[in-house]
Amino acid sequence: MSKVMSDQSTPPDVAHERPPSNARRILQRFGPPALVVVLTLAVWEIVIKILDVPTYIWAPPSLIAQTIQENFGDLIGHAGVTLKETLVGFLSAVALGLGFGLLLHFSTWSKRSLYPLLIASQSIPTVVLAPVFVLVLGFGLWPKVAVVTLFCFFPIVVGTIDGLSSVDREYIRMMLTLDATRMGIFRRVEFPSALPQIFTGTRVAATYAAIGAVFGEWAGSESGLGWQMLQAKGRLDTPLVFADIVFITAMALALFGAVSLVERLTIPWARKGG
Amino acid sequence: MAGAGVWPTVAAVTPTTAIELRAVHQRFGEVVALVDVNLTIDRHERVGIVGPSGCGKSTLLSAIAGLIQPNEGTIAIEDAITPDERLRRCALMPQRDLLLPWRTAIDNAAIAVENRGVNKRDARDRTRPLFERFGLAQFEERTPAELSGGMRQRVAFLRTLMAEKDILLLDEPFAALDSITRSQMQEWLLTALDQEPRTVVLVTHDVDEALLLTQRVVVMSARPGRVVRTIETDFPRDRSRREIVTSSEFTSLKESALEALEL
Repeated sequence: MSKVMSDQSTPPDVAHERPPSNARRILQRFGPPALVVVLTLAVWEIVIKILDVPTYIWAPPSLIAQTIQENFGDLIGHAGVTLKETLVGFLSAVALGLGFGLLLHFSTWSKRSLYPLLIASQSIPTVVLAPVFVLVLGFGLWPKVAVVTLFCFFPIVVGTIDGLSSVDREYIRMMLTLDATRMGIFRRVEFPSALPQIFTGTRVAATYAAIGAVFGEWAGSESGLGWQMLQAKGRLDTPLVFADIVFITAMALALFGAVSLVERLTIPWARKGG
Repeated sequence: MAGAGVWPTVAAVTPTTAIELRAVHQRFGEVVALVDVNLTIDRHERVGIVGPSGCGKSTLLSAIAGLIQPNEGTIAIEDAITPDERLRRCALMPQRDLLLPWRTAIDNAAIAVENRGVNKRDARDRTRPLFERFGLAQFEERTPAELSGGMRQRVAFLRTLMAEKDILLLDEPFAALDSITRSQMQEWLLTALDQEPRTVVLVTHDVDEALLLTQRVVVMSARPGRVVRTIETDFPRDRSRREIVTSSEFTSLKESALEALEL
């Protein structure tokens, strides 16, 4: 007993590195890409000014900014439509992807029969299905949701299946000798250890989602950023086309950021370094 | 207790026998892993299994645990003969600590209790006293990444204890530790087992470790694995590790083991 107790006083070598200060970390992380963006915008502006490119061919950043300012209300309105399509489609893809992944994980027969088909289905260009969805589902929200879901489904389902099947066998052996049921192993080992890969798939899906909605709108719609873009293009209103692109990009980045945030909060243990 | 390979085909399983292996053979395709392994382990006896890498000692442990069923022969843990029944009678501690990074130390140690259907909170409450008794108080809420290698291995051992099985199968539990930490952990394990006597099968490639921690060391040959020698060791617990390791009995037993290993 005494031996055991004396050991307690041994300081644990806690693996803590002193983290760099917050401001410094943010600068290190976001400084270089921000610099590249600023430089690119500057070069873009200057080249267009020097070559005197007409604005209906290519708009300079300053004009795009001005266009955004002037059409802000309009842009926000269309962005709202596209955002709704994006979010509904993305969330259904998360639900379907997880559900399908779990089904394939728990049923060997489903996995054998459906997984190869799922992979093969990726050779179908999703974009060409958009007009079909418009024919079947009309001009409203649902054909766009269908395109977004189709875009986002695949990376999520693959992340789920691969995550669940790449669990270290040794954990499962250990759990078996510790009286775990099939469900216990799933809840306590398989699912948590699959989460990083599920999130990786979901993050990839998040970057596709907004583009999916725009494709859906191009196939047939009455509003949304994609619709506005087509209208602006018809009028040779290139600055507005760019303004739409800025909004679509911002939307994709925001969704990506939101997923990353949820990931950090859900699986803090999976973070490597800063 | 005689050497291996001489057991009669019919041996009465007395109540004090915890584990009995009879004529166990194991093949994996072309590879012959185990040949005619016979072994009887008494309740609360500690048996070490040493052998070169790949001799099938981990396979033997998996077979006892019920994770695999040998091609030939029988393995009985008390009256449990089928693999599923054996799984329920013993707990396995692997070489890697296998602590789940998303669980704190105490939740890792309590996982076997949760596996039995106890809710998380009650499982923690049942596990906490062990943390205090085994020198891990105040480390309950640490994550595995915040613990040293020795600490992690202790938590892994407590997790094995919390399975509340009479039989502990330890698969090279300290192999990943540096030699000083390993010595400390060996001492700690002996103290822990004094408090919580269990039937222990310890697989190791470290002859010293086997001699120090167990009462009987089974030496296995290189693949195909068979039992080549059995060495009785029982060093009194009032002697220090240093005294034991430097004693002449220890040296001669070690020599015998190394000879059997052809080292």
